[in-house]
Amino acid sequence: MAKKKFVVGCFDDEEILFPAVKKVRTAGYKIQDVYTPFPVHGLDHALGMRETSLHTAGFIYGITGTTTALSGISWILTADWPLNIGGKPHFALPAWIPITFELTVLFAAVGMVLTFCYLCQLAPFIKKHHFHPRATDDLFVMVIECTDKTNTGDLEAFLKGAGAVEVNTQVAEAGWWLGRYDKNEMPFETKTVAA
Amino acid sequence: MASIKEQFEIPSKLKTWAYCLIGFGLIALIAGFITKGRGTEEEQAIFIGTIMYNTIFWTLICNASMFFICVTTLAWGGWQQAIRRVPEAISTLVPVFGSITFVVLMYVVLSGNHHIYEWLDTKKVGGDEILKGKTGFLNVKFFIIWTTLAIGFWTILGWRMRTLSSEADQAPMDNTTGASFIWRNTVRASLFIVWFALTVGSTVPWLWIMSIDAHWYSTMFSWYNFASTFVSGMSLIALWIVYLKNKGYLEYANQEHLHDIGKFMFAFSIFWTYLWFSQYMLIWYSNQPEETIYFKHRVQGPYKGIFFLNLIINFICPLLILMKRSAKRNYTLLTFMAVLIIFGHWIDYYQEVMGSISKEHVTLGWLDFGVLSFFVGLMILFVARALASKPLVPKYHPFLKESIIHHT
Repeated sequence: MAKKKFVVGCFDDEEILFPAVKKVRTAGYKIQDVYTPFPVHGLDHALGMRETSLHTAGFIYGITGTTTALSGISWILTADWPLNIGGKPHFALPAWIPITFELTVLFAAVGMVLTFCYLCQLAPFIKKHHFHPRATDDLFVMVIECTDKTNTGDLEAFLKGAGAVEVNTQVAEAGWWLGRYDKNEMPFETKTVAA
Repeated sequence: MASIKEQFEIPSKLKTWAYCLIGFGLIALIAGFITKGRGTEEEQAIFIGTIMYNTIFWTLICNASMFFICVTTLAWGGWQQAIRRVPEAISTLVPVFGSITFVVLMYVVLSGNHHIYEWLDTKKVGGDEILKGKTGFLNVKFFIIWTTLAIGFWTILGWRMRTLSSEADQAPMDNTTGASFIWRNTVRASLFIVWFALTVGSTVPWLWIMSIDAHWYSTMFSWYNFASTFVSGMSLIALWIVYLKNKGYLEYANQEHLHDIGKFMFAFSIFWTYLWFSQYMLIWYSNQPEETIYFKHRVQGPYKGIFFLNLIINFICPLLILMKRSAKRNYTLLTFMAVLIIFGHWIDYYQEVMGSISKEHVTLGWLDFGVLSFFVGLMILFVARALASKPLVPKYHPFLKESIIHHT
């Protein structure tokens, strides 16, 4: 993946972060993401992110599970290997509902977890650039993607003016790549790459 | 704070509607009494049974409102404060509908007509080993005492919760008074919950409804009824919130609060189905005559249509329509679903009671809808009055701010 240039502004308070997000967006800058130590309510709205389609995916996985269970069991118990179980009809729908339910839940749960990991670019043996290690501790890290025309100096000053406690410019991979944190450098050892 | 509309004024149109519904219901009741109420034992049983399932249904769904307040109080929830006066107003109906239920049940037990409760017939019980074994629970004395206690304590404990809630209208609270206010709320809510568990959560549906089929039993029956009434209760709360929002009241309540109510409607529809199915599947699987007798005429007899319609309205529709987040935040769709769910569970109560009283014929007709309209009219009238009697927002409640900034 191509490397990109980012301007990073760190905030130490939600109360400052929200107006800053608003200011940066009205100024026309493109926020790549805001990394926070804990889920911040309403930040997705402030960032203008679209509603996730994870639940739609979940619904589709769910009905796939339902279909798999019902078609599988009905084929096995009526066509492939019909058994007389307690004199019940071969097509014994009530008895199949629990298994249908379980497979629905299983498909939906596993499918949604995998989709979630893919969307968040999380997987074993995968590495992602950390813009600031303290994003896992106590800093709200706003990352702004630069274009050819962005004046990083101006942008850094703008972020400082919006209340950032720490500002820098980094050239980094935007996506994920194969690599391990325990084999390669640790995020807190990374030095900021000057542009 | 000063600019919000705190006081509900009953629109005259609402009153007219309520009186019309009550009037229509009264006409239906009188006509029902003339055509059925003086006929054979079975006809009388159908007439009384129709009133009985309606009054039990409405008492229990109004009681579910108080259950909702107590549960959210015990969970130290803050989000419901902006809307809590609505379930409070609905719960003021418990004494009203409770006394109607009491009168109807006392009439059923003491009138000498044994068509509804066959365990009242001492001759029959004497020659029946199964019914003889149940006399410790199914006897007139216990029925009367327990019914009185149940309705009485729902009324008293609910009234104590509501009077405590009024304290939040009077003066701002500091830390100490606020903490003691929350503590007293917690204590009173737990008392109600305990009594609720002993009645709605276990004995009352067994006693009032399940004992119509005196030979049959299902330990799941009460939870099933609780789920039914709770989900209809939440739907009723949703309807009143949407109504008040449309009239410009409840400024602090918004889509976020409605979304949470919608979640309850969705989740408890699924919970209801879980219990419905568990009860059905166990009986279907073991296939023992004394258990399948309850389902025989419902699944394979005249009640087949209603029985499966019930499942479609109360499970398939909420599952598919209320699943989406946007559906729970849409006033129109939520109103539609709330009406559908209340109707669905009313049909459920219909088949629970009338399916056992009149096994050969489906009696659903003008009398049922007439009695329903009587209760809906009473509900509208009394809830509107209760809403008007108090400010709509508990403005000094310590958790109110949490409710105003609520975000799902």
